[in-house]
Amino acid sequence: MNDATPQTMTYREACRQAIRDALQADERCFVMGEDVGLYGGCYAVTKGLLEEFGPQRIVDTPLAEVGFVGAGVGAALAGLRPIVEIMTCNFSLLALDQILNNAATIPHMSGGQFAVPLVIRMATGAGRQLAAQHSHSLEGWYAHIPGLKVLAPATVEDARHMLAAALADPNPVLIFEHIVLYNAEGPLDPAVTAVDIAHAKVRRSGSDVSLVTYGNGLPKCLAAAEGLQAEGIAAEVIDLRVLRPLDMATVTASVARTHRCVIVDEGWKSGSLSAEIAARLAEDALYELDAPVRRVCTREVPVPYAEHLETAALPQVADIVAAARGLVRAA
Amino acid sequence: MSEKPHLDRARLHELYRQMQRIRRFEARCVELYQAQKIRGFLHLYDGEEAVAVGVMAALEPRDAVVATYREHGQALARGVPMDVLMAEMLGKVQGCCRGRGGSMHLFSRAHRFFGGNAIVGAGLPLAAGVALADQRLRPGAVTACFFGEGAVAEGAFHESMNLASLWKLPVLFVCENNRYAMGVPLADAESQPEVVRKAAAYRMAAEPVDGMDPVQVLTATQRAVAHIRSGAGPYFLECRTYRFRAHSMFDTQAYRRREEVDAWRRQDPITRLQRWLLESHLTHAEELAAIDAAIAREIDEAVAFAEAGSPEPVGELERFVLLDRVVQEADT
Repeated sequence: MNDATPQTMTYREACRQAIRDALQADERCFVMGEDVGLYGGCYAVTKGLLEEFGPQRIVDTPLAEVGFVGAGVGAALAGLRPIVEIMTCNFSLLALDQILNNAATIPHMSGGQFAVPLVIRMATGAGRQLAAQHSHSLEGWYAHIPGLKVLAPATVEDARHMLAAALADPNPVLIFEHIVLYNAEGPLDPAVTAVDIAHAKVRRSGSDVSLVTYGNGLPKCLAAAEGLQAEGIAAEVIDLRVLRPLDMATVTASVARTHRCVIVDEGWKSGSLSAEIAARLAEDALYELDAPVRRVCTREVPVPYAEHLETAALPQVADIVAAARGLVRAA
Repeated sequence: MSEKPHLDRARLHELYRQMQRIRRFEARCVELYQAQKIRGFLHLYDGEEAVAVGVMAALEPRDAVVATYREHGQALARGVPMDVLMAEMLGKVQGCCRGRGGSMHLFSRAHRFFGGNAIVGAGLPLAAGVALADQRLRPGAVTACFFGEGAVAEGAFHESMNLASLWKLPVLFVCENNRYAMGVPLADAESQPEVVRKAAAYRMAAEPVDGMDPVQVLTATQRAVAHIRSGAGPYFLECRTYRFRAHSMFDTQAYRRREEVDAWRRQDPITRLQRWLLESHLTHAEELAAIDAAIAREIDEAVAFAEAGSPEPVGELERFVLLDRVVQEADT
C-alpha cells in the first residue's frame, strides 16, 4: 500500500496497534490486566500480543482490581511504564481508591518528588444490552479528579495515536474506549503519526448550533448534523477528546460562532460532565448564547437490559436533532 | 532480654540511638502539637520503635520502603533527615513534601521512601508494584511494606499477598501488630487473630517476631531479606508490638485498661535495650548520656530549622497537581 493512501481500520485494531507500537518503542512498557493474555482481552484488543511479546510484557492478573491497579501505580512510581487494562470501567470502582488516593494524589502530596506515569485503559459505555453493571459511563466521574488526565477517543485516529501521547505524559492518564466503537471502521491517514491530548476538535463545521460531545456521542452527533442539514440547520460538532483538562477554549469559540449549544453526554445528567460544560459556558460565555444550553444525557436509571428500554435510556440521534432544532427554531 | 546474636557495639548503639531519636522527636512533636504549631492528625509510634529501627537496619539504600500514616519512625529510621521532617510537620516549604503531606504523608525520593499512606491497606498494592518494577529494573532490591494488623482485614491486603506470592515479588511484608485497629481489638476484627498464619494461605514464608526487641526484628529481617534477595519470593513478618499512647491525639482510650498499657510499658524496647547494654557491659551510662545529648541537639536544630522555615507561597498551591516531567532515579 502506498504510504500516502488513507487506509481504513477498526477502532479495536487501532487500539491494538497503538499497544504494539508502545511495547516495541519502550522496554519499560508492559500491559497488565484481567484476561489480556491467553484470552486476548475481553474486547479482543490485546489478541495476539501475548504470542508476540511474551508473558513479561503481557501480564494476566488475577481478578483483583485494587491489587493490580495499585501494582500499576507502584510500578510507575518505580520507573516502569505500565498500561493497565481494567476490563470495563464498571470494575474500576473496585480500584477507585488506588486511582484517586494514590495515582492522582501522590505527585502533589509528595511535593512533586514522585510522578505516576501510568496509563489505565478501560471500556466504557452502554448500547450492547449488557445491563446495568456493565453499562456505566464513569468517565465524567474521573474527570472530576485533579491529577488525572482523562481521554475519550471517538475516532480510529485517536484510538490509534492517543496511547503514545498518554505514555509520554508524566501523569496518570485514563483512556475510556467505548464498547460500541470497537467494531467501528474509520479512515486512518498514514501521514498522521501523532495526536495531541490537549485539545478538543471541530469534527464538522456549522454556524447554527454547536453539538458538544465525546466518545460514542460523536457518531451520533455527526448523524444528527446530517439530519439537521436536511432541515437547513448547520450544526457544528465538537469532539471534546480530552475530558480532563477540558479544552473550553475550543468549545467557547464554537459557541461564539453558533450562539447555541447542545451537550451530548452518555453520563447521567446530574453532576455530569455536561453539567460542568454548561456551567463553564454560563460563567465564561453567557453573552455569546442566544438560547439556553440544552443537554442530551442518559436517563437517570441503571441502564436496563431489554433493547427498547436501553435505547430509551441512552441519548439517540433523534433526541439530539430535536434538541438542536428546538434551539434554532425558537430563535 | 532474649539471647542476642552477634552484633558489634557500634551496631547495638545505633539501634539504641535510632529508637531514642524517634521517641524524643515525637515527644517534641507532642509539645508542638499542644502549642498548635503541628495540626491535623498526629499518630505516635511510641512503643513501636523497635520495629522500624530493626527493619531499616537490615535494608540497603537500593531497597524501597512503603510506609503507613504512623510513619515518623519509619522515615527517621530510613534516614530521612530530621530537619525536613520537622519542617513538614510544621507545614513549611522546606519540608520533605513542601508542606503538602504533613505527618501522615512523608515522602523522600532520595531514600526510596514511597510515602506515608493514610488509607489503611492502600500501601500494599503499591508496594507490590514497586517490587515488580525492581524485579525488572533493580534485581536484588527489596520493598519493605509496613502496615498495621488492622490492614489485614482489607481486601487490598489479600490481593497484594496473592500477587506478591504468585509473581515471586521481592516484597517484605512488615505487619506492625499493635493489637488495636484504632479502638478495635484484633480478636474482635479477625476470625483468625494469629496474623502470621494468614501468610500460609498464600504459600508465603513467614514468622512472628518480638516487635519490642530491635535485635530480634533486625535478625528476622536479615533472614527475610536474604530469602527475598535469593529470588525465593516475598516474606511476611508479624512484629508483635504495642502502642503506648492513644491512636491519635483525639482518643480517650476507652477500649483498653490502664493495667494493660502499664504491663506493655514494662517491655519498653528502649529501656529494655538500655538495661541489657549496661548489664552486658556493652556500654556505660556516660556513653548513653552522650548519645541522648546529641539527639537533643539534633532535635533542637530540626525545630529551629522548621521554625525558621517559610510557608509555600499560595501562588504555588496547584503546582505538582500535574507534573511536566518524570524525575529519574539518577536525578536524586
